Amino acid sequence: MSLTGPDIRNLCLAALAFAICALLPFGDDGYWLGLGVTIAMFTALATSWALFSGPTHYISLATAAFFGLGTYVTGLGIDTLPFWSLVGIAGVTGAVLAALVGLATLRLSGVYFVIFTLGLAELVRQVITWVQNNSGQKGLYVLTDLDEAGIYWWLLGLAAVVFLAGWLIGRSRLGFALRIIGDDETVAAHSGINTARAKVLLFMVPGAVAAMTGAILAPRYVYIEPSLAFAPILSFQVVIMALLGGASRLWGPVLGVIPFTFLLEAVSSNFPNQTTLVIGVAFLVIVYLLPGGFVGLLDRIKRRITARGAL
Amino acid sequence: MNRRPFLKLVSALTIASALAATATTAETIRIGAVAPKTGPLAGGATVTQWPSIYLWVDQVNAAGGLTVDGEQMMIELIEYDDQTNPGETIKAVQRLATQDDAHFIIAPYGTGLNLAAAPLFDRYGYPQIAVSAITDQQPELSAQFPNMFFTLGTTTALAADVVKVLSDMRDAGQLGDNVAMVNVADAFGIELATAARPLFEEAGFNIVYETSYPLGTQDLSPVIKGAAAAEPDAFVAWSYPPDTFGLTEQAMIENLDVKAFYTAVATPFPGYGARFGAAAEGVLGAGGVNTESPAFMEYAAAHEAVTGEKPDYWASATTYASLEILAQAIEAVGLDRAAVTQHLRESTYETILGPISFDENNSNPDFWTVGQWQGGVFKGVASRGRDGAVPVILKDGWE
Repeated sequence: MSLTGPDIRNLCLAALAFAICALLPFGDDGYWLGLGVTIAMFTALATSWALFSGPTHYISLATAAFFGLGTYVTGLGIDTLPFWSLVGIAGVTGAVLAALVGLATLRLSGVYFVIFTLGLAELVRQVITWVQNNSGQKGLYVLTDLDEAGIYWWLLGLAAVVFLAGWLIGRSRLGFALRIIGDDETVAAHSGINTARAKVLLFMVPGAVAAMTGAILAPRYVYIEPSLAFAPILSFQVVIMALLGGASRLWGPVLGVIPFTFLLEAVSSNFPNQTTLVIGVAFLVIVYLLPGGFVGLLDRIKRRITARGAL
Repeated sequence: MNRRPFLKLVSALTIASALAATATTAETIRIGAVAPKTGPLAGGATVTQWPSIYLWVDQVNAAGGLTVDGEQMMIELIEYDDQTNPGETIKAVQRLATQDDAHFIIAPYGTGLNLAAAPLFDRYGYPQIAVSAITDQQPELSAQFPNMFFTLGTTTALAADVVKVLSDMRDAGQLGDNVAMVNVADAFGIELATAARPLFEEAGFNIVYETSYPLGTQDLSPVIKGAAAAEPDAFVAWSYPPDTFGLTEQAMIENLDVKAFYTAVATPFPGYGARFGAAAEGVLGAGGVNTESPAFMEYAAAHEAVTGEKPDYWASATTYASLEILAQAIEAVGLDRAAVTQHLRESTYETILGPISFDENNSNPDFWTVGQWQGGVFKGVASRGRDGAVPVILKDGWE
């Protein structure tokens, strides 16, 4: 693998951008840092989601399942293990669960996969509840010294790793195979690509990332209980944000995450009694006006400019 | 369900009165509130939390506001819906503290949401008088978050007093030794069942039937049928709102023949009495209040007059009391939050529940634990340190 001039330039620019983002806690340690945590969290989740769902067009609604699993890893281990190892364990657990789910469903067509991933959060939640009920385990308290700035840096680091992984996958044989699968799975299979293996491998990435995000955020929630850890709304938010930005590019989802976070913030502070309603309407408008997300909009504008230049 | 337009009206009135107040006085006290208006906990919060907040703001402003350093200050309420999502609770508290410059913030609703907000209350130095956060971890939590106060009691006290009520009934010859115990398989239900099991055994009861069911189970008839087959003398369910109603309904259908029938959360809701009417007579539940006390009667009447809803017979009054405490501390020491927190630790407050003070763990040691529907009212039958408990009656059928 050799790096071309533009590659090196892009890498430097990305590193610079992350370095600037990492300075946020020094500028403000209150409201804006809180928003920064939300944005960093959804950037990691939506970007890793689009790594898999962008090329394959499989809509995964399993984010909440992996996220909840990660919070439980931290909740159960925080008294005995150091925090960084819990993030690692959560990543491995999430990847293993994703592999199991992938092996069970990714040989089938897309719609089975969507339904299964939607049910997965509830399934994992019930299994954890069952274990707690039988062991008499009480509610989990995560009391640490990790503050908002620490959580923000962890999430930002995770997002950087996701971007790097996405960039490497895009240049690898796996990424190439997935683009072919996304265009036409039959053709891919006939070209000798092991389609199931490629899909399972890639599905492990969002699984691991969502579990690690959950593990990192557990200290922020302090108290872990199933109904809060496995809230299904998270899965839908990630899909909405990724699609708003555009799942066809590595940097697409973050274009959706940032405006949508500010939109949610504006709605919930100005319409405290109608938040859900206004969000629903906003989503309808986005779907009708921006079918390809911001990435699609940029592509359309670019095409129009080139067309005009050709005249 | 026409609660929503009503809430809107109330908030509009509140805002209007706050605006009117701005015209007359120099400054208002900005009080922030964040609790669910949507999501799984909205049902509880719109019965227990929001109406008491609206009532309190309405009454304080009608009386001309709070006296701060010799000056009358009206209250401006800033409210947010956290959608029963801890991430939203955190954002809302942050917004209240840094963007809205709230002088004080009313504690959120529910154990999980209160704890998610606790680090922020702590960081910005707001006192957090938690109500609907029942836990045995109060010493650990108040050590970690010195601004956090607890008013509604502990898990173990809730379970232990149910066992005590049943023991007393047995010792009086009203009840045998056999208990059926079930729980909803979710955080609080599991905690209560875990706390109660050894206590029942210690008290010499036989748990003849024990099972759990997942949160959200629609068909509870196997649970009640299983309990009935074990022929218990008492039935105890550590339940949540939907299954509290479901279990009672099934017990009526199966005509479950027990001398004591207990369901936990939501049994003191006015909706419970309204739905089951005479069949609710004798049902035991978590919570309670001294319904005969003039202070409570006056509060309940005002609650209904101002918000159009009846208060519940447990946490509603405690929510209101927590706001009375906050108001008295503000009037005593002013808007300095550190001074208010210090005042909370040291003083005794007169509330509609009686005097309240906090112990070395920031916990209110005097609270109600068990109540019972008697004559269409849910009366406290057991408490820690509260007056006015009435004698327990036997459950006599479901007619």
